Amino acid sequence: MTNSIADLREVALSELEDIRGNEALVAWRSQYLGRRGAVGKLFGTIGSMPRDQRAAFGQQVNALQQELDAAFVEREALIQSQALARDLEEGEIDISLPARPQRRGGLHPSTRTHREFQTIWADMGFQVYHSRDVEEDEFNFTLLNLPPHHPARDMQDTFYTTDNRVLLRTHTSPGQIRAMREFGDGGSKPIRVILPGMCYRQEQVTARSEIQFTQVEGLAIGRNIRMSDLKGTIAEFARRMYNPNAKVRFRASYFPFTEPSMEVDVECFLCGGEGCRVCKYTGWLEIAGSGMVHPTVLRNGGYDPSVWSGFAFGMGPERITMLKHGIQDIRYFWGNDLRFLQQF
Amino acid sequence: MLVPVSWLKDYVDIDIPIELLAERMTVAGLEVTSIRYIGVPQEQAPGVLMPRSDHLVWNREKLLLGRIVEVKAHPQADRLVLAMVDYGAEELEQCVTGAANLFGYKDQGEITPPIWSAFAMEGARVWDGHSAKPRQMTLKGKELRGIFNKSMVCSEKELGISDEHEGVIVMDHDEGYVAGAPLADVLGDVVLDIELTPNLARCFSMIGVAREIAAILGVDLRYPSFDFLAKGPTIEGQVGIEIREPELNPRFTLTLLRDTQVKPSPFWLGRRLKLIGQRPRNNIVDVTNYITFELGQPLHAFDYDKLVERAGGVPTIITRLPGAGEQLETLDDVRRELGAETILVADTAGALSLGGVIGGGETEISAETRNVLLEAAAWNNIGIRKTIKEQRVHTEASARFSRGVHPSQALLGCGRGIELMRQLGGGQVARGALDEYPLPPPTVTVDVPIERVNRLLGMDVSLKKAADVLRRLEFAVTTNGDMIRATAPDHRLDISGDPAVGQADLLEEIARIIGYDQIPETIMADEMPPQRENTAVFIEERIRDLLVGQGLYEVISYRFTSRESEAILAPAGVPSSWPDAEYIEIENPAVSERNVLRQTLMINMLESAVNNARYQSSQRLFEVGKVYLGRGDLLPEEPLRLGILLTGARGQTWWQEDARTTALDFYDMKGVVENMLAGLHIEDYRLERGTHNSYHPGRSADLFIGRERIGTFGEIHPQVAARFKLTDAKVIYGELEVAPLIQQHQRLHTITPLPTTPAVLEDIALIVKADLPAGEVEAVIRQAGGRLLRDVTLFDVYAGDPIPPGKKSLAYSLTYQDESRTLTDKNAAKIRKRIIGAARHRLQAELRS
Repeated sequence: MTNSIADLREVALSELEDIRGNEALVAWRSQYLGRRGAVGKLFGTIGSMPRDQRAAFGQQVNALQQELDAAFVEREALIQSQALARDLEEGEIDISLPARPQRRGGLHPSTRTHREFQTIWADMGFQVYHSRDVEEDEFNFTLLNLPPHHPARDMQDTFYTTDNRVLLRTHTSPGQIRAMREFGDGGSKPIRVILPGMCYRQEQVTARSEIQFTQVEGLAIGRNIRMSDLKGTIAEFARRMYNPNAKVRFRASYFPFTEPSMEVDVECFLCGGEGCRVCKYTGWLEIAGSGMVHPTVLRNGGYDPSVWSGFAFGMGPERITMLKHGIQDIRYFWGNDLRFLQQF
Repeated sequence: MLVPVSWLKDYVDIDIPIELLAERMTVAGLEVTSIRYIGVPQEQAPGVLMPRSDHLVWNREKLLLGRIVEVKAHPQADRLVLAMVDYGAEELEQCVTGAANLFGYKDQGEITPPIWSAFAMEGARVWDGHSAKPRQMTLKGKELRGIFNKSMVCSEKELGISDEHEGVIVMDHDEGYVAGAPLADVLGDVVLDIELTPNLARCFSMIGVAREIAAILGVDLRYPSFDFLAKGPTIEGQVGIEIREPELNPRFTLTLLRDTQVKPSPFWLGRRLKLIGQRPRNNIVDVTNYITFELGQPLHAFDYDKLVERAGGVPTIITRLPGAGEQLETLDDVRRELGAETILVADTAGALSLGGVIGGGETEISAETRNVLLEAAAWNNIGIRKTIKEQRVHTEASARFSRGVHPSQALLGCGRGIELMRQLGGGQVARGALDEYPLPPPTVTVDVPIERVNRLLGMDVSLKKAADVLRRLEFAVTTNGDMIRATAPDHRLDISGDPAVGQADLLEEIARIIGYDQIPETIMADEMPPQRENTAVFIEERIRDLLVGQGLYEVISYRFTSRESEAILAPAGVPSSWPDAEYIEIENPAVSERNVLRQTLMINMLESAVNNARYQSSQRLFEVGKVYLGRGDLLPEEPLRLGILLTGARGQTWWQEDARTTALDFYDMKGVVENMLAGLHIEDYRLERGTHNSYHPGRSADLFIGRERIGTFGEIHPQVAARFKLTDAKVIYGELEVAPLIQQHQRLHTITPLPTTPAVLEDIALIVKADLPAGEVEAVIRQAGGRLLRDVTLFDVYAGDPIPPGKKSLAYSLTYQDESRTLTDKNAAKIRKRIIGAARHRLQAELRS
C-alpha cells in the first residue's frame, strides 16, 4: 500500500509539473484532491486495512494530501504569475489607433462669453434682467435722452417695424428704463443689474458688422454712486475677465444716455500691451462704453437726479469672443456651421 | 476731420511730441484715429504706443528749400528746361527738369517776384515720381540729353505730399524763406485725423480743436483777427435781409467786397486746403472753405452783380420756406424738389440756395465775378438734419450746421472771410456788416457746488482748480463760497439750462480736462440692493447644459425670416400650423427675404441643417431663443422657445464598427427630450400623437406638461423635408415652449434612499395585439406590480413566426425590491401572477412561454 502512495505522489506531482493552464489545473485538483479524487479514495481504503497499519497509513495519506495541496497552491501561483506576465507582455494594443467616437456637444461661443460675464458681475452683486427685443422708439431713444432728430440717432441704423412707434432695439440700454421702473419702486430703491440680449442694426453684413449682435448692459443706481466707483468696478471686471494685472484706460467719449461718458480700454491681452496687429499697435483694446447715468435718464426711470446717481456700461460679447479666439469673421456667429461650433 | 499741426500752431503753442498730444487728446475725448507724417520723423513719446509709419523722412541736409532764380532752355531738348536753383551755396545749381509748370518762365531772365521750390541734392531719398507703385529711390547723378544732372526740383509726389506729378512744387515768395533751409522746416507737417463725437460740434474747426488743446495743455489760445478793413461806402442800402422763419434761421449776416479779382489762391492757402482733403478752386471760394474749416462757421459767396440783375435793383435776401412745387438747381447740378420744411435762401426772383446746405448754380462765383456778397448765417440744426435726410446731400456746411453752430460765430466769419478775400483778390469792402439777428440763443448759466462735483467724481477737486478748468474752456466763472457759477461761452450750444443736466455738463468738462486717469478706482460703498435670484435665467442655462450633456451643439440663428418661409413648413395645400399671431414686419429689412420676425425656430434650424449637411454626416443641434407674436398690443409677446434638431447617422464610422448604418430617429429625439425633463425633475408629463402639421402625423408626438401642450417633436413631414432637399436623411425636429419648463421644474425633489436588500430580477414576454401602444402595456404592468415593482425595461419587440399574425411580443425585464426585507421566490411569484393576470384581463395579453 505504501507503494501506491508513493506512486500516486510521483504521478500527481509529475502531472502537475506539466500543467500550463487554469483549466488543467482545476481538473488536476479535482482528480487528486476532489471529493472523489485519488487521495480521497486512499482515505476510503483505510477502513479495510489491518487495524495496526491504519494510523501509519492515515498519516502518510494525510502528508500526501498536504503536500499535493501545497504543490497545487504553488503551481497555481506560478501559472497566474506567468499568465500575468504573458498578458502584460503580449496584450499590448496599438494606442495610436483612432478613439471610439464619443459625443461631446457644446455651448455657442456667445453663450460661453455671456456666462463668464454673468458670473463675474453676479459676484459684484449685479443680477441678470432680460428685457425685450422689440421696443418702443420712446424707450430705445427718447427716454434715453435721444429725442427725435438728435444727431446721435445717426450713430445707429435702426430697424423700424411697420408701426413707426416700434423698432428692434439697437442697444440693450432701453432695458435701463424698464429695470429702473420695475425695481426702483418709484425711484426709491438702489439697483444693480446687467441686461444681456440681442440687438439689431440695419447695416451691411460684413466680416466686421452684423445686423444682429448681443450686448451686455450694466446699471448701478444708488444715493452715492461715484465716477470712481464706475472706474473701480469696470477695472475689477476687466482684471477678472482678462488678466489680473491688466492695465485699464478710461477715455472721454460721448453717449447720449450718460454724462460724463467714457470708453474703457484694456491692455491688449494678445500682446500684453506691446503692440500687435489686433490692437493696431496701440497696446489697447476697447472693451466697453460707459458713463454716469444722464440726469434725464434717471428722471425718466423715476429717480430724482439731485439725490440719486448711477453708472451704466455696455459691452459687446461677440467682439470680445472674437479677440479671445482669433475669430476673423463675425458672420460665423449666426452661421450655425458645426465646423465652427465644434471648436469650442 | 483732418487737422494739420502746422495750422493748429497759428492758434496754440504745442511743445510736446505730437504722439503724446494725440494720446492726451484721445483721452480727453477727441479721438485721434490716425496720424499722417509729411517729411518729418515719427517721434517716440514715453508710454505712448503708435503704429509705425513708413512715410518718407526728408533728409535735412539734402532736401532743401531752393529759389528758382531763372529757367533756361535745354540746348538739346524742347521737352526739358534747366532750372537754376539757389540753395544757399556759392554757385547756382542747374537742374534738368521736364516740369510743365516751369515752361512759362523759360528764357524770361531772373524771375520776379521770386518763386521757391523743393530742391533735392544727389544722395537724397525721394519717391520715384514715374513709378505707378510707391517706390523709394536715391537720387544719383546722370546725363540727361547731354547735360549732367545730379539734383532736382521735386513734385509733390516725389516728396510724398500727394500724388501730384504734373509739375514741380512752385511756392510764392515769402519774406521768411531762406535758400538752403531744410525743406522739412517749411513743408514738413503732421496731420491728425480726429473722430468727432456728436457732442463735439464746437470742435469741428481748427480753432475749435486748438481751444481744446489749449485747455488740455494749460496754455493760451490765440484768435485770429475778425476785423476787416472797410473803405467802401456802407453796405446799408446795397442789399437787404428778410428773415421769415427765425426758428429755422436765427441769424443772417452779409458783407460786401467790390472790385475784386477772382484768381487762383496763393500757395499757402492751397496747401492748407489740400492737407485737409479739399480741392482749391479760386481765391473767393477757397476763402469760404478756409473759414469753414478754421472757425467752423460755413460761409457762402454770391456774385453780387447777378443778384442785382435778378432783382433789377437793390437785392433783398429772403430766407423762407418753399412755395408749393418750388424747385432749385444746386451747385452739384441737381434739380431738387423742395420739401415743405426746407429752409431756403432766396431773393425776390426765387430760390438761391438750400440754407446751410448747398448753394445754387445761378449766382455762384465765376472767373468774371467782380463784386462778392458774403453770407454767414445760423441755422437750426434739426431743420438742417431734415433737409439732409430729404435731399440726401452732404456738404462741409451741412455737416457743421446739422451738429449745431452757435449764431455768435456768424458775424466773426463774415468779417474774417471778407477781409481775407480783400487781401487775396484786392478791392474795397463796404463798411459795416448787415446783421439780422431775430433770435439769439439764451445765455446759459449753471450753478454747481464743489461738494457735488467731488461727491459725483469720487475725488477731491479744489474750487479753484475746477473754476480754472472751466475758465480754460472760456466759461465765465464766479465763485461764491462753495458754489461755482459758470456761464457757457458763446461758441457752445451743448451746455444745458436744466440745473441737473447743466451740472452733469460741467462735471464732464472738469473731469475730462483734469483727466479721467486722475480719478481713483473705488469699490462701491453704496447700499447693496436686495439680491433676487433669477430662476428663469438659471433654468434656461440648465436646459442648455442638459442638452450639451447629451452631445448637442447650441446654435443661434437670425431672428428674421419671411412669411413665405414659415408658410412652407406644412404639407402642400394646407396652411402652416406655425403662425398663430400677427407678424412683426420690418419697415426697412436688410434683405427682402428677412422682412418679419420669426414665429418659430424651425425654419432657421432646417436651413442650418441643410448647410451643415454638406460637411456633416450627423447633426444634433439645439437653439434657445425668442419668437415674436403680435397679439394686438403695441409690443409683441416674446416667448422663449427651445428647438432641437437631429438628423443623419446615429454614430460615426470607426475602424472596429461603422456606426453610420443606423439613422437618428424619433426615439433619439424622445430620449433627448425625456432626459432633459428628467434633469429638470419634471415627471408630470405625457405624450400624445402629434397634431402639428409640420410633422409626420404617424411619427410625431405632442408633449403635455400637466394639461398644457408645450410643443411637438418628431419626424418632419416628408413634403416639408422635400422642400429643404433633406429627403435622403430623415430630419427629427422638436420645438417646445421654455416658460412651462421653467415653471414646472422641480427645484426641491426628494431622493430615494439606496436599498440595502437584494433585488429580484425576472423577464416576462407578453403577446398582445400588434397595434396596442407599448406605453399602455407598461402602464398596466406598473400598476399591477405595485410598490415592489421597481423597474420595467422593455428589451424586445417581436412580430412574426411563431407569433400569430396581428400580434406582437413585448419582452420586459422586471425588477422587484423591498427595502425592508429580502424578497423570496414566493413573493416574486405572487407579483408576477398579479401582473400576468392584469395583462390578460385588461389587455387580452397572453404569456409567451
